[in-house]
Amino acid sequence: MAYMHIGKDFVPPDVPGKVTGKIKYAEDYTREGMVYARLLTSPLPHARVVNIDATEALAMEGVFGILTADDVYPDGESNSTGLKILTNQPTILGEPILALAAIDEKTAETAIGKISVTFERLPFVLDPLDSLAEGGSDAYDGGNTFVFREGFKSEKWTQDQVASFRAGNEPTAEPQQTVAYGDLEAAFGESAYIYESTFTTAGYPHQSMEPRSAMAYWEDGKLYLHGTSQSLTGLANDMAGIVGVPKEDFVFINVATGGGFGQRARANSIPSMAIPAKLSQKINRPVMMRITREEEFTIGGARQGFQGWVKVGFKADGTMAGCDLYIVSDNGGKGGGADAYSAADCISVLYQTDAVRFRGTSIGSNTGHRGAQRGPGQNQIAPIISPILDKAADELGIDRLELRKLNAAQTGDVGGPRRIPFTSAYMPEALTMAADRFNWADRQSRRRQRNGSKVIGLGIGQGYHNAGRSGMDGIVMMGVDGRLRIHNGVGNLGTYSYASTSRAAAEALKMPWESCDVINGRTDNNLPITSPQDGSNSTFTNTRTMWGAAQDMLAKMKEIAATDLGGEAADYDVSDERVHQIADATVGMTYAQVAQRAMELGGKYTGEAELPEELHEFTAISVSRLAGSGFMGVFHDSNHEGNPPGFTVTCTEIELDTETGKYEILDMISIGECGTVLHPQGLKNQLVGGAVWGIGLSGYERHLYDPQNGLPASTGYWQSKVPTYLDTPSKIQTGWVDLPDPENPVGVRGIGEPAMGAVSAALTAAISDALDGHIFNAAPITADMIINHVAGVDSEAVPLAQNNFRG
Amino acid sequence: MVATSYDVMPDIELYQPTDEDNALALASSLGKDGWLLGGGQDTYGWLKDRNKTPTAMIELTQVDAWKGIKEISTGVEIGAVTTLTDIANNPLIQSRYGLLAKAASIVASPQIRNVGTIAGNLAQDARCWYYRRGLDCYRAGGNICYADSPEGLNREHAIFGASRCVAVSPSDTAPALVALNATMVISSESGQRLVDAEDFFVGPDRDIVNMTILNEGEVLTAIRLPSEWANAEYYWEKVADRNVWDFALVSVAAAMKMSGDTIQEARIACGAVECVPRRLNDIENALRGQQRSEALAEQVAAMATEGARPLNYNHFKVPLMANLVKRAVRG
Repeated sequence: MAYMHIGKDFVPPDVPGKVTGKIKYAEDYTREGMVYARLLTSPLPHARVVNIDATEALAMEGVFGILTADDVYPDGESNSTGLKILTNQPTILGEPILALAAIDEKTAETAIGKISVTFERLPFVLDPLDSLAEGGSDAYDGGNTFVFREGFKSEKWTQDQVASFRAGNEPTAEPQQTVAYGDLEAAFGESAYIYESTFTTAGYPHQSMEPRSAMAYWEDGKLYLHGTSQSLTGLANDMAGIVGVPKEDFVFINVATGGGFGQRARANSIPSMAIPAKLSQKINRPVMMRITREEEFTIGGARQGFQGWVKVGFKADGTMAGCDLYIVSDNGGKGGGADAYSAADCISVLYQTDAVRFRGTSIGSNTGHRGAQRGPGQNQIAPIISPILDKAADELGIDRLELRKLNAAQTGDVGGPRRIPFTSAYMPEALTMAADRFNWADRQSRRRQRNGSKVIGLGIGQGYHNAGRSGMDGIVMMGVDGRLRIHNGVGNLGTYSYASTSRAAAEALKMPWESCDVINGRTDNNLPITSPQDGSNSTFTNTRTMWGAAQDMLAKMKEIAATDLGGEAADYDVSDERVHQIADATVGMTYAQVAQRAMELGGKYTGEAELPEELHEFTAISVSRLAGSGFMGVFHDSNHEGNPPGFTVTCTEIELDTETGKYEILDMISIGECGTVLHPQGLKNQLVGGAVWGIGLSGYERHLYDPQNGLPASTGYWQSKVPTYLDTPSKIQTGWVDLPDPENPVGVRGIGEPAMGAVSAALTAAISDALDGHIFNAAPITADMIINHVAGVDSEAVPLAQNNFRG
Repeated sequence: MVATSYDVMPDIELYQPTDEDNALALASSLGKDGWLLGGGQDTYGWLKDRNKTPTAMIELTQVDAWKGIKEISTGVEIGAVTTLTDIANNPLIQSRYGLLAKAASIVASPQIRNVGTIAGNLAQDARCWYYRRGLDCYRAGGNICYADSPEGLNREHAIFGASRCVAVSPSDTAPALVALNATMVISSESGQRLVDAEDFFVGPDRDIVNMTILNEGEVLTAIRLPSEWANAEYYWEKVADRNVWDFALVSVAAAMKMSGDTIQEARIACGAVECVPRRLNDIENALRGQQRSEALAEQVAAMATEGARPLNYNHFKVPLMANLVKRAVRG
């Protein structure tokens, strides 16, 4: 289908500001009378605050006050593992205990040094398996796990059960969750090759460039909060509740965000932004709270680490017959997630497995906040499964690409334990495109080719994430100048989706982009509710609402034209910023004239009547404020059917040096399968950015805590080992299948998470390939592990572990 | 233990002397309270974290006499506050002492090399994360080593020369200077002393607080590279987790005087395996007069790690060190 905007590159409105440095992040704002907050954080991984004596600090000149958990939770802290604004029950070393406001940061830091906090030291644990073992410490006050509607609980295995699991055997303890479909026993019975092993993945942290700093002030009873977010209205809607202010009295300002990979999507994963809001309210001054790199690490969150056991069976023809997966997830000191279930879902979707059983148990550890981080489970399991597929292919004598094609998801298939049909799926096409453009077949002659200590490894990987939601709202406005104002509540986290999804509205109205204004950046710009901008959903979700709102405006335009110029609305079309008769294009009105008439007519044309009944409360507030100020299109999206998948396929070639454990990625291509392409440059950015993340997941990034004192050892960019330019290929090729999805009006689906998973899978496969098929059953695979393997000292490796050098 | 994450520079006096006498007088009068400031890359973190609390900084980079690279009668002299970028790009260093040019060019990242000085690279403090974190370890004046414990996170730590502390020499240029048999020029108000590069660094058995022999009031002002080792055959390799920014897991610097395929004389040092650059004297002796070959490389590589005592997470350093020495010998 020929589009005016869809599939075309453009310059998003915020690009000049980012290039010139003029765009403002939360830390860049000031306010008259603004003071500065600093945090006193827990020096212990698990403790209870017994007493706080801030007398000396509060007596200092330039100190304006403190905020404690007692201030923000006068009725006590909630009984959950959720991240708190401030806490008297820290379960993470570095968790905020109190905030102090002073005339400047230096005074604040000095004053904090004068506060005496008495802690009751409690036992801590860094590895969920240590906690699971009888007699092991629990991460939380009431246990080591939190059961919905039941509260804290202490889950224990026998020492033998833990030891057996650590020794590489299938766990025998009852899991907290079991989900299954198909006949697993029969599947393994008809398998010609079965692989079984324990595995571990690290809980890689967020490490966004912009720390989650925030500035707040109150004026005329309204709270103005400058913060960071990846889903402007999706987050603001709940942040109002966390702060305790009515939605209509809450203005959230967030023009740009320096990285958000899940942890800034929802208010409950970033409640620290409420600290300056509450402190400002208490001391009646604007409060700026900068967050340090270390604080960002601690409360910024990491993905759950896995310690698992997997058994995969393949039929003689290469079909994945069955997969049995048991995962113990690391819930950290706060937060958690359903990553393990998603890992099983991912295997089912990507490999169309005949039978799957998933068993999972989530256990806390006093190791930072856990939650979203680009791919809940799908990306952890991708680098584990891919080398297993290769092993099966080699054992069964099947080409590795062909084995993946054989198991690939297509339109009409279903996926996951819930057996949900895809809205569309073109994985075979993505595999073929990636292989063709990479010359996969020709490169096979280079496989495991040696040159001195160096050896070539080839890898292919697949990534998946559910990539679309629905049920949100859209608003478009037009003034008497005829310009289209697209109100978009999507956050600006660097993907440009706030702008690219807006182009669906421009498309619907055939509006030149130059005549459009994207309205976002702050909630008092009257924005519609959006889904939290996580889980690869924004493209699918918000093009539906943008398109819908524009369609509402289009229908109203035609009604107005028909009323004024005669005929029926169906007799009219739009082009060149005019609504005109189809039969005689000279009979029509300019958009400016239509907007003028809409203003004169009022009622439903200006948002004052006949609004969609299902509008979200947040949207309804925005619409009520906009009502009467312009020509309005407003829309509530109904729910879609099926699972809109985002897929990526990556092929890579590496040269691994067996003497140093280092490897160079010689070539890499990533192909996106995400419906019609909305914004080619944005998609390319997602694929390349995801590739860097995938390289980090499989090759470098660590989550380290010292067993002796619970101190985090990977708090910054140095120790966490985020990949650098010279660790990634100088060029990463990209491409896309570009076939439309029927559940989206412009055919698009999302891509964010899978872009990482496919690369991580391809890289572990390539490393394994270079080492004659050795499978590490771990992510990341670091240089020391490779050296140890080549030197034959694998015995030095810890078989299963979390929060150290092997997990 | 830390109860907050500091992020702001504390109040501190800043002295910016422009001549040697003033700089040395300040170093002498301020003693341990006067922090010697070069490019600042091993300064601001300490001070902002409040883990080092000097009352003053003496900025040395404005002393012109301590900057630049020049020929002297015995070879080449490098001013101590010359940046690593300037050293890496200097034609004299590149043409005669390529070993050092390469070592300097691979330190950290371009931004750090642009401001970081060679003196700072050589005199930087231990990078043990426990020590940097402000814990009360031996090196910080306490009575425990958190890294040398059954549970310690010690992947980057020493496999040789442990003596209470197991931190390693983190400098990339240090092994190169040992291999080049450089001389350190140390100045103070009372005069100047010359020290072999190899003797400039000290292990915890001798001084558990300091990693160099610099005393209070002393300043490393120059490094002299001898003509004797100019234009030798060099080998430099650093293996780090990442190719930018990271400190070496193991590095090797080798200088060999060749006569055809015969090794007349060799100097080899490894970094990141001990608290000082580890000079491989036995291997140097074994190489003398031998034909350079794969077999010879294999043979001496095994000697490199004799006596190594790996900790629970750094066994990999043993084969890695042997491999790097092998590569250095085979060239």
